[in-house]
Amino acid sequence: MVRVTGVADETPTVRTIRFEDPGMAAALPGQFAMVWVPGGGELPMSVMAGDPGGAAFTVRRHGPASTALYGVDRGDLIGVRGPYGNTFDVREGRLLLAGGGTGMVPMMRLAMRVADPSRVVILMGARTAPEVIFERAAAALGEVVISTDDGSRGEEGTAVDAARRLLGSGRFSAAYVCGPEPMMAGIVAEARSRGVFVQASIERPMKCGVGICGSCCMGDRLVCSDGTVFDGDRLAATGEFGAIYRDKAGIARRY
Amino acid sequence: MGLATRVAGIDLAGPAMLASGILGISMDVFRRLLDSGAGAVVSKSLSAEPREGYPNPTMAEAAGGWLNAVGLSNPGAPNFANMMRGAPGVPVVVSLVGSDPDEFVSMARLFEGLEVPAFELNLSCPHVEKVGLEVGDDPELVSRIVRSLKGAGVRVIAKVGLGSSDYLGTVRAAEDAGADAVTAINTVRAMSIDVHSGRPVLSNGFGGLSGPPIRPIAVRCVREITSRHEIPVIGCGGVSCWEDAAEFLLAGASAVQVGTAAGGNPGIFAEINSGISSYMERRGYSEISEVRRAA
Ligand SMILES: Cc1cc2nc3c(=O)[nH]c(=O)nc-3n(C[C@H](O)[C@H](O)[C@H](O)COP(=O)(O)OP(=O)(O)OC[C@H]3O[C@@H](n4cnc5c(N)ncnc54)[C@H](O)[C@@H]3O)c2cc1C
Ligand SMILES: Cc1cc2nc3c(=O)[nH]c(=O)nc-3n(C[C@H](O)[C@H](O)[C@H](O)COP(=O)(O)O)c2cc1C
Ligand code: FES
Repeated sequence: MVRVTGVADETPTVRTIRFEDPGMAAALPGQFAMVWVPGGGELPMSVMAGDPGGAAFTVRRHGPASTALYGVDRGDLIGVRGPYGNTFDVREGRLLLAGGGTGMVPMMRLAMRVADPSRVVILMGARTAPEVIFERAAAALGEVVISTDDGSRGEEGTAVDAARRLLGSGRFSAAYVCGPEPMMAGIVAEARSRGVFVQASIERPMKCGVGICGSCCMGDRLVCSDGTVFDGDRLAATGEFGAIYRDKAGIARRY
Repeated sequence: MGLATRVAGIDLAGPAMLASGILGISMDVFRRLLDSGAGAVVSKSLSAEPREGYPNPTMAEAAGGWLNAVGLSNPGAPNFANMMRGAPGVPVVVSLVGSDPDEFVSMARLFEGLEVPAFELNLSCPHVEKVGLEVGDDPELVSRIVRSLKGAGVRVIAKVGLGSSDYLGTVRAAEDAGADAVTAINTVRAMSIDVHSGRPVLSNGFGGLSGPPIRPIAVRCVREITSRHEIPVIGCGGVSCWEDAAEFLLAGASAVQVGTAAGGNPGIFAEINSGISSYMERRGYSEISEVRRAA
């Protein structure tokens, strides 16, 4: 169990919860934890940077488990196990990091690891202006491009539209993406069609986090233990990326 | 010298099978595991209707193993049969849960014409009411279920575990009713409590323990069964390396199943195959069954 050291609102429905834990502080970009709120459930969360010697989760209030995590207070104890999963393959040259919603978490960690703002472009996609998160922190890590579906901030349009324009400039050696699956599928397809190396960090329902239960499968891959980060080519080969997910009973459904 | 073996009329490419409920809902994952050396794969236990299972936390580490109460989440036998129909060339031992003979038989019929070398009956799930152990604890019911399925002309493996009655009574009932093999054992009913919050670590409270901590119990069960019964036994519980697999064979098992240890390591089947293969070579054995007879 770890102690919550601080809670900060990012948007009306998104909060960052900081806690002390050296193991999680050392998590690599793209890695996740299984987070237990006693009495409230357990869910996978990308590990965000926190205070020195600590880490954080940035959670959107959604169903029961995420609402329980969203509701914790400073001083509360929560269970964390992990970090689990792999990380990104950081290439040389100019990098496009595209994040949608809380999918910004692994992109922020990745930008911190690259630690060279001159070769990083961070594309932040949101539905509308108040949902843009981490804008100030991102500005210190690279050039920030914002897109909103309704045009209330930055470019009007989806993150896929913005990524298409950026990738069209031909200056990128690699692209990394995390966000809603249709957004990831769109950007992965754009990058692949231009021959740009691309990786995405995938979300699937998880129970164990370590490759035992099978609930996170995508094609023949297990997102928790083979991923969460996969190359675009591998994603395309699954035949399920962007198209099919499994519900809690394991029935394959179309997005 | 061959690793291929035959248990209860089922041809196994190697002695290590994938246990039920592990990685068990994607035909692509099954194909990958068969390609990486699994002797056979067993599906997640299927019920007549889909089940969502229990909410998380459903799995937690405990005593060097894992505690789980996933609550038999599964797509249901009809959906799974369709998944198999869409992926020809991937044989799957189908695990079933249910509470009466007719239910088992109607589920088995859904798989007619598909590559199902056998049905494994989950008579031993320790964390869902009315199915699993509650059925296994009733030898008379087990006998009726096995008889009905044998009457339907399918191969039957009875998977037993440690419930509230003597599991050897379940083994006897299954054997007398004509079961082709027994798998022993399932997870062992167990619990962990978090001392800070005072709450059980699983949403269901009780769960089943798997992995290394249950291996000596499972080895004991395999030896108890094989010393009293003729029915072939598939050993299951904590197999994590080739030595563990060999230990089960020496206890009398005809093959083993690997569950928890396949977690994050699909290469374990190849590791076991190559370890057992060298072991047999060193001892001059040409067949898996000679390892068993050596004990
Ligand atoms: C590796 C990983 C990292 C994550 N990181 C974060 C993070 O940093 N911040 C954050 O806010 N969330 C993150 N999530 C999502 C989070 O774990 C929960 O899925 C989400 O918060 C909803 O959980 P819930 O229990 O509140 O709602 P639930 O009641 O579990 O879900 C609500 C609805 O969403 C559906 N659903 C849930 N997950 C998925 C999915 N992956 N695909 C399709 N449908 C789904 C459910 O079926 C249900 O209908 C991550 C997920 C994964 C797998
Ligand atoms: C997450 C999980 C789910 C399981 N689901 C099933 C199941 O549906 N049916 C079944 O017969 N056994 C199930 N089991 C039990 C395993 O098949 C196996 O008997 C047990 O885990 C012991 O083997 P192991 O120590 O190698 O894991 C499950 C085990 C785990 C860990
Ligand atoms: S979450 Fe259990 S296998 Fe991935």
